[in-house]
Amino acid sequence: MLKILKYTFADLIRSRWSYVYLAFYLILGFVLLFLNNDLSKAVITLMNIIVVLTPMIGTIFGIMYFYSAREFTELLLAQPLKRSTIFIGQYLGIAMSLSFSLLVGLGIPFLVYGVALSSQIWDFGLLLVVGAFLTFIFVALSVNIALRNENKVKGFGYAILLWLFMAVIYDGLFLISLMMFDDYPLDKFSLVVSVLNPVDLSRILILLKLDISALLGYTGALFQNFFGNGWGMLISLSMLALWSFLPVRLLIRTARRKDF
Amino acid sequence: MIRIENLHKQFGKLKVLDGVTFQVQSGGVVAVLGPNGSGKTTILKTILGMVLPDEGEACFQDKSILKQWDYRNDIGYLPQIARFPENLTVQELIDMVKNIRSVEANEEALIQRFGLTGSLNKKLSNLSGGTKQKVNIVLTFMFDSPLLILDEPTAGLDPVSLIQLKQLIKEEREKGKSLLVTTHMMSLVEELSDEIIFLLEGKIYFQGTVGQLLERTDQVNLEHAIAKILENHA
Repeated sequence: MLKILKYTFADLIRSRWSYVYLAFYLILGFVLLFLNNDLSKAVITLMNIIVVLTPMIGTIFGIMYFYSAREFTELLLAQPLKRSTIFIGQYLGIAMSLSFSLLVGLGIPFLVYGVALSSQIWDFGLLLVVGAFLTFIFVALSVNIALRNENKVKGFGYAILLWLFMAVIYDGLFLISLMMFDDYPLDKFSLVVSVLNPVDLSRILILLKLDISALLGYTGALFQNFFGNGWGMLISLSMLALWSFLPVRLLIRTARRKDF
Repeated sequence: MIRIENLHKQFGKLKVLDGVTFQVQSGGVVAVLGPNGSGKTTILKTILGMVLPDEGEACFQDKSILKQWDYRNDIGYLPQIARFPENLTVQELIDMVKNIRSVEANEEALIQRFGLTGSLNKKLSNLSGGTKQKVNIVLTFMFDSPLLILDEPTAGLDPVSLIQLKQLIKEEREKGKSLLVTTHMMSLVEELSDEIIFLLEGKIYFQGTVGQLLERTDQVNLEHAIAKILENHA
């Protein structure tokens, strides 16, 4: 598995798109920090970007790589390797190279600015962890879509829809349902609903860490009330971990039963 | 060496294999022939474990291959289309495949033979289709595998490389290896194959030598023999 991972990573890290992605974060980091001149504001702005952008890039990259590497995957399948080895190796290769761009791209400007010496280092660290989580989750989801759809156009469509649903539509539906049923006690419903979406979960997690009640929103406030900051963070982190694990399980199952 | 029994495979509504049974003894070149969509590639991919049969059994060296993977150490496979990770170099790709199989590889001679020395450090995305196919051939033949599966090996090759490939196939046969080849080049079949398996609509229509097929169809060459089978069937 490590071998496949290594070569997928090596292939991707040299692709033009990895550089574009890296450069984007570099520029974003520098601009935010040196124009804003305020670490905590920069972290909040970054949060809003990361929570939407990393899932999108993860989805698009994941599905693109899998479709373009299809013949190569066939070559690997003809080698003495287990299927799970091949697919987990490729999945980790994609997710890690994207996370690498995120880490380096944002890490450099923040280190230059002196985040290591400030009290904000943990907030910033959590931001990167969440970004990496979202990358892993959405790459896994998009690989699942790629495995189940031979038709690239369809697969691409589903992947984009998935992202749009998780990042935008989900919140809208959630809000509408809150308004329609506001005569009922909705605490538990809202908690469950926000846990079911990794994008919402990440947002809540970071806001709990930043401890900015004003930005928490309804579900965030619920989380805080229900679990308190510490437990709330722990629970949302473990839910994120579960979110990264389940699509990978599904991915292995699908790969085992697929014809190539 | 290979035993296939009552193999069935359906992709959606399309029945590709409908009860295929055959055996291949070790040593020699077996050509798998048939019109487009007759299930040639599906059979090869079943032997490789890439396609999972709906029903039936496939054995390699007297062991079932279903859900196994380490038997592929003994098989070299040349796929129909050659496409590789774009940003790796030829050398890196060869190293990777060598790395996956921890057995002795003999790539040097092949690289020279197909004139790839100058391309070793080029990225795979910068190679032409024919050159990629040559890389593919090197990857397939560099191990000392007892079984070689070649799916349309001649695609995109120039005449010089084609001669090299034929020579290579002959050499491997002389070493006592088994080769399973699909191709639409009948001259290649006539020149090299010891046995033919002819597939039609997911079933084995004929298994035997070229001579036997000519006799049965009462024709003078293979191209006409096959055309006649297809005509009779249409």
